[in-house]
Amino acid sequence: MYDHDIRNLNGHHIDMKLVFLRIDLLSWLLKLLVLSTLAVPSWAQFRVEVTGVGMTQLPVVIAPFKGEATAPQKLASIVQADLERSGQFKGLAAGSALMDETSRPDWSPWRQLSAEALVAGSVTRLADGRFDVRARLWDVVKGQEKGDFKDTVSAADLRLSAHRIADWVYQQLTGTPGAFASRISYVTKAGGRYSLWIADSDGENAQSALSSPEPIISPSWSPNGAQLAYVSFELRKPVVYVHELATGQRRPVANFKGSNSAPAWSADGKSLAATLSRDGGSQLFRIDLAGGEPRRLSPPGGINTEPAFSPDGSALFFVSDRGGSPQIYRMPTQGGPAERVTFSGTYNISPALSPDGRWLAYVSRVGGGFRLHLMELATGQVVALTDTSSDERPSFSPNSRLLVYATVFQGRESLMTTTLDGRIKARLAGQGGDIREPHWGPVRK
Amino acid sequence: MSKKFLTSLLLTALLAGCASGVKLDDVPVEDKSATSSGVSAQGIGNNANGAQTGVAGVVVEKSASGTGPVGVAHVVFFDYDSFVVRAEARPVIESHARFLQTNKQRKANLEGHTDERGGREYNLALGQKRAEAVRQALSLLGVPESQLEAVSYGKEKPAAQGSAESDLAKNRRVEIRY
Repeated sequence: MYDHDIRNLNGHHIDMKLVFLRIDLLSWLLKLLVLSTLAVPSWAQFRVEVTGVGMTQLPVVIAPFKGEATAPQKLASIVQADLERSGQFKGLAAGSALMDETSRPDWSPWRQLSAEALVAGSVTRLADGRFDVRARLWDVVKGQEKGDFKDTVSAADLRLSAHRIADWVYQQLTGTPGAFASRISYVTKAGGRYSLWIADSDGENAQSALSSPEPIISPSWSPNGAQLAYVSFELRKPVVYVHELATGQRRPVANFKGSNSAPAWSADGKSLAATLSRDGGSQLFRIDLAGGEPRRLSPPGGINTEPAFSPDGSALFFVSDRGGSPQIYRMPTQGGPAERVTFSGTYNISPALSPDGRWLAYVSRVGGGFRLHLMELATGQVVALTDTSSDERPSFSPNSRLLVYATVFQGRESLMTTTLDGRIKARLAGQGGDIREPHWGPVRK
Repeated sequence: MSKKFLTSLLLTALLAGCASGVKLDDVPVEDKSATSSGVSAQGIGNNANGAQTGVAGVVVEKSASGTGPVGVAHVVFFDYDSFVVRAEARPVIESHARFLQTNKQRKANLEGHTDERGGREYNLALGQKRAEAVRQALSLLGVPESQLEAVSYGKEKPAAQGSAESDLAKNRRVEIRY
């Protein structure tokens, strides 16, 4: 960072090298101070808090990885916590097992624990500083090897590697791809500042992408996971930005007169649907990121907002007050006649479609409370997934098996994950402020 | 590095800066952003070794706001679930209309707000309706549209923090800002 700044400045101010070197140092120290207070997240991991009774959970043992005691990350506990959060596994204590992927397991102690699967592995630092990660999965009941995992990563990606192991185990044992090697974004409000965070799917390893004295809402991942679109109020009005995470490059993509909000990416990542008020009211537009005039998708007047593309790209779900109360509608992506999707209740907002196309999650007002609901699109059947009263902004995990949403728990804004049957819930609590506006991103390759 | 150490480093640097007349305002801040609103980006992510985990942090600073007519209220309140400007707000709106007609170069931001109930984006749309109601009222009094912009903060900036009805009533408002 420091070298980069100097190079920049040298290019423009060769004669004033020393003056600018000092100024640059000041600027660098300022940034470092700001970041030292902002960039260190104080949020813990998503912890499983609610477990339904009578559930079938596969008992697994994840033995401590050989070498993890001296490695930057404890891989086994990350893998185990991931699997437990899915609701489909029950982690059993590995005790003092000393194993790695080359071990020949002694089955009797694991069978006594009723374990059905066993994972062991190792993490080894390579000469170039990277880490070699290996794991093996066994079927304890049959006493058979089920497969091997191998990954080579930098120290910074060791957690990612642990999430990949969890994905691999999940796929091996359930037949469905895992989604732990994904990231989530969320917004915190603490001490009058708003921060946009990028964290692992378990809530850990959070890094600040943006810090602002004005609100940030509606972060939305690009399909390739490299960018976020969001709404920032830093210009004293809502403006939609697209932000490249690795570089910090950001640009306003909707800064029209009035309010600009609710960005949603098209499946090809080339355009956004967003809500603009430039023609009066709140209307849906399609914005081509390569440039050009936004194309209006909804008729003028009233409220049309919170667009969400169906996974196959054919339909756009959205919220409209055209029937007198906010309800969820669906229309062809290119615009056209809309059909109503929600019929129960007088306040249904924040539609989210599962990547497998089966489910619609949304928030419905029941009595005085706002609760997360799930509709099976094929049948129209709806279930409430929570008994909390301030649920907001659901989004699905990439494998359509979990939802993340915001809620208020003991007076504090928190994030929750839930299984689609509502039986397993995990909470990410803020220790120094409020957490809100989650959005689940794609799995990292 | 400890925070204390950083603070003392910063203070030393600040003092050194003051002594030689380098104002902090002149400090060039690297701006990787396409906007020019005092934004700085720095690579706090660890992208070494081709790691995929790196995120470059961006810090945004406060933008300035101007002053409007002196001695005039700048907030108009609304009833629950209502987007109609109350009769009692008329004198306030007329004062701002006179100010804008006398000061043709000035522009007013009409910032709509809602109470905390419901979703953030839907409240943004509701706040927009309130802002547009005030825009229309000013427009009917002869203020050109070019001097007015109706925007919404939704429920993001409550005036009162509580959840009592009296707090919620204070939050259902449009602020006229310059």
